[in-house]
Amino acid sequence: MSKYITESSAWTVEDIKRVNMEIWRIAKEKYGLDTFPNQLEITTAEQMIDKYSSIGLPVYYHHWSLGKEAENTRRSYLAGDTSLAYELVINSNPCIAYLMEENTSAMQFLVIAHACYGHNSFFKGNYLFRQWTSPDAIVDYMLFAKHYIAECEEKYGWEDVEYFLDSCHALKNYGVDRYKHPEPLSLEKEKARQDERTEYLQSQVNELWDRTVPGRKKTSEIKKEPVRFPSEPQENLLYFIEKNAPFLDPWQRELVRIVRKVAQYFYPQRQTKVMNEGWASFWHYTLMYDLYDEGLITDGFMIEWLKSHAGVTFQPAYNETVIVNGKEIGIYNGINPYALGINMWRDIQRICRTPTAEDKEWFPDIAGSDWLATMKFAMENFKDESFIAQYLSPKVMRDMRLWSISDDPNKDKDNVIVNAIHNEDGYRELRRAFAKQYDVGSNDPDIQVWNVDFRHDRTLTLRHTEHDDRPLHKGTAEEVLKHLYQLWQCPVRLEAVKADGKTDIIAECPKPLGKK
Amino acid sequence: MSDVIVDKRDQGGGSHVNRGRFMERVKPWVADAVKKAFDSGSITDSHQGGVDVTIPKKGIQEPHFQHGQGGKREYVHPGNDRWTPGDKIPRPRGGGGTGSDPSPDGESEDDFQFHLTGKEFWDAVFEGLELPNLIKTQLTSNIEEYKWVRAGITTAGSPSNIHLLRSYLQSLGRRMVFGKKEKQALLRELEAELETLLAVKNPSHGEAERISTLSEDIAALKKKLKGIPFIDTSDLRYRQYAKEPEPTAKAVMFCVMDISGSMTETRKNIAKLFFILLYRFLKYHYSAVEMVFIKHHTAAEEVDEKTFFESTESGGTIVSTALTLMAEIIKERYGSSDWNIYGAQASDGENWTGNSLTCKVILKENILPLARYFAYVQIEQEKKDELWYQYLNLWEHAGFKEKFAMRFIREQKDIYPVFHELFKQKEKA
Repeated sequence: MSKYITESSAWTVEDIKRVNMEIWRIAKEKYGLDTFPNQLEITTAEQMIDKYSSIGLPVYYHHWSLGKEAENTRRSYLAGDTSLAYELVINSNPCIAYLMEENTSAMQFLVIAHACYGHNSFFKGNYLFRQWTSPDAIVDYMLFAKHYIAECEEKYGWEDVEYFLDSCHALKNYGVDRYKHPEPLSLEKEKARQDERTEYLQSQVNELWDRTVPGRKKTSEIKKEPVRFPSEPQENLLYFIEKNAPFLDPWQRELVRIVRKVAQYFYPQRQTKVMNEGWASFWHYTLMYDLYDEGLITDGFMIEWLKSHAGVTFQPAYNETVIVNGKEIGIYNGINPYALGINMWRDIQRICRTPTAEDKEWFPDIAGSDWLATMKFAMENFKDESFIAQYLSPKVMRDMRLWSISDDPNKDKDNVIVNAIHNEDGYRELRRAFAKQYDVGSNDPDIQVWNVDFRHDRTLTLRHTEHDDRPLHKGTAEEVLKHLYQLWQCPVRLEAVKADGKTDIIAECPKPLGKK
Repeated sequence: MSDVIVDKRDQGGGSHVNRGRFMERVKPWVADAVKKAFDSGSITDSHQGGVDVTIPKKGIQEPHFQHGQGGKREYVHPGNDRWTPGDKIPRPRGGGGTGSDPSPDGESEDDFQFHLTGKEFWDAVFEGLELPNLIKTQLTSNIEEYKWVRAGITTAGSPSNIHLLRSYLQSLGRRMVFGKKEKQALLRELEAELETLLAVKNPSHGEAERISTLSEDIAALKKKLKGIPFIDTSDLRYRQYAKEPEPTAKAVMFCVMDISGSMTETRKNIAKLFFILLYRFLKYHYSAVEMVFIKHHTAAEEVDEKTFFESTESGGTIVSTALTLMAEIIKERYGSSDWNIYGAQASDGENWTGNSLTCKVILKENILPLARYFAYVQIEQEKKDELWYQYLNLWEHAGFKEKFAMRFIREQKDIYPVFHELFKQKEKA
């Protein structure tokens, strides 16, 4: 009797159970991977497409943008994008992974290795997730959010609620604490504090605004230096609005809070995409080979998943093209995080197991060490930017033939200049530039709350500090300000501070008369 | 290991709510795309595959703050095949290393393309349309209409309704509770032991005792096992069904088409397309609408659907014959008050001299009093003749404004807008 879990591409629930047990055994006994319990959900493709637009959360509030996302995803899926199958797993406890019924057995096994042991162990181990998210609470919290919003829709009409959410979404990247640790999510606390909070919030707000109504003050007070509010610039715009917007109803403040809590939850994911996908791919590769070595899966399965793996971890060159309908089309779309990630993890393993002289020079601390311990340490304590800065090796740079360009219109209006390439002189510079590309904090424009003009018309002023002379995109900024105006309901303005210290007004809402 | 496997396939695919919300947002563009689909002359396509809709980016953008062009930037790319440090590369048009100017959503400038399913397409076509003045008649006919619906699981029923899975699960539960598996395992152990002992040539005293205890135990165990059958009557579960009465709205639509010589091929086509749309509309919205097809030249004839749409007859024109026939059929077959009667007539307006007055009279006395709604469409012929004026007179003076409508269809692309007007949902008072 064959020991194969199955030889058929038509899988059964028994097969799933069995492969999960085998992989679990190997992951625990051979590699000591620490994971949350898994919940494997068997879904249809349609359900998967939907989950994709709510970024994998099994529960999400209703919104038209999710319908739009689903449409995009459906198109990709129908056009043959198979990475859909593996991509969906979220940081929660238990770890929820989706198995599409259309997948063959080999693909299901692959998804299980990738998501339930790869991503799962990453979510459990990496410091960003440990410190900044609450995997035990997220699903319950989302359930709370969904119901709360549904109730609001009933009370106030779904259109008003949806438009309000649109405005919150426009600012969701600025609803995150980037440097302060957020409070852990707790469903009971949220519910218990809700009533308290609505009253308290409203009273705080009233106090704040009452104190600043002109005319009540004595003349002597007015002559004093006006107190700037906020006393320090605030990076978390949504938080600021939640606490200080003068005219929001309590239910609206709660919606702002919900949007920022969700954004906060996903923030670490943006910062660890390369590491996470690389880690999961490394482990699916390793575990599938282990299954094969133990005689549990057939050659046919191996060929099948290896093919999918090759597709997903493919990195086109900067000038790579394909011929479609007789036309040559460029297919480069940036660095593929799966490719970069798995290359780096494999390389770390190699540096540990079979270091060369170059490795010993570049990585004296880890060359020749226990690869499993070293990899786990890296997984737990780094994020993409620091991971690349620390571990990107000359070998990977050579294999991927990396090269960097410097683009400075002030220095050269017509050309960009090749800065460094994968050679002795270029490695350190390349690595520095590459790591910077993954610094989410500095790639998002630096925009903070600068001032609220209490004494006059309560204008909220935001400040964008330009770094590297990079300006803000004016068109979108104007659109976002319109949304901000919906939330603040008093005039709003956005200034930009250039390198020379000069300030410009980029956008205002409502637009003053006479301005275009 | 506490991993769990959950099968969610039965829960149905896709979030309809989100899709619905998205559809609300893009309604104007959908309506536009629908209209274009008809203009291109494809009413007869079933649009099973649906239709593609293009929405300009501005309509459904989700803006957020992002960098624009300019400033100092560095890019790292893979696949270097020729460059060395210091090389100059002309900046791609529009600046920047790889991208074009980001649009409000941060994606490329392409408009958003999405796909309306066949059903959604027809939903959009027929949105806001209904048969006017329809009165639902409930359970009034002799043959009451019922439908069977699933109503859960019950412990008694007919063998054809056994729910195998549920019964099996019950049996499994029962066997687990009684420890059948364990007992079977134990039985095998004991029997094996007994067999070994029996093979011993000269058993000792202890062994002999053991043999007799074993035999007793085995017998007792077997008896217990007999009491734990694989399937027991108490395990059986059956699907249950309940009868639900269905209120029916009984309606009949009379389609009257002029196929005389004056109706050129073009006109006939337009008329046919109009009726096809009407046919689809009725089938789409109303499950129990009957349709009566009457074609006429100098004589009128009731025909079946196929003949109505495919016949190639020709002749002179006497419109009243059709209306007379319609009135007769109503009297014969649709006489009771249970029926909602509708009519739609298509003609090019040409009629035998003097006949139009007769038509007006038939409509006024025999048809309109009994009908909920009657629509007349004149096709292509700009000249408004006797028929048109008689009908106009009917509409203005005889108090049938709510029930009678007349429209002019100049060309094919007018069909859908006119249809829309004729069957637009009335504001509910």
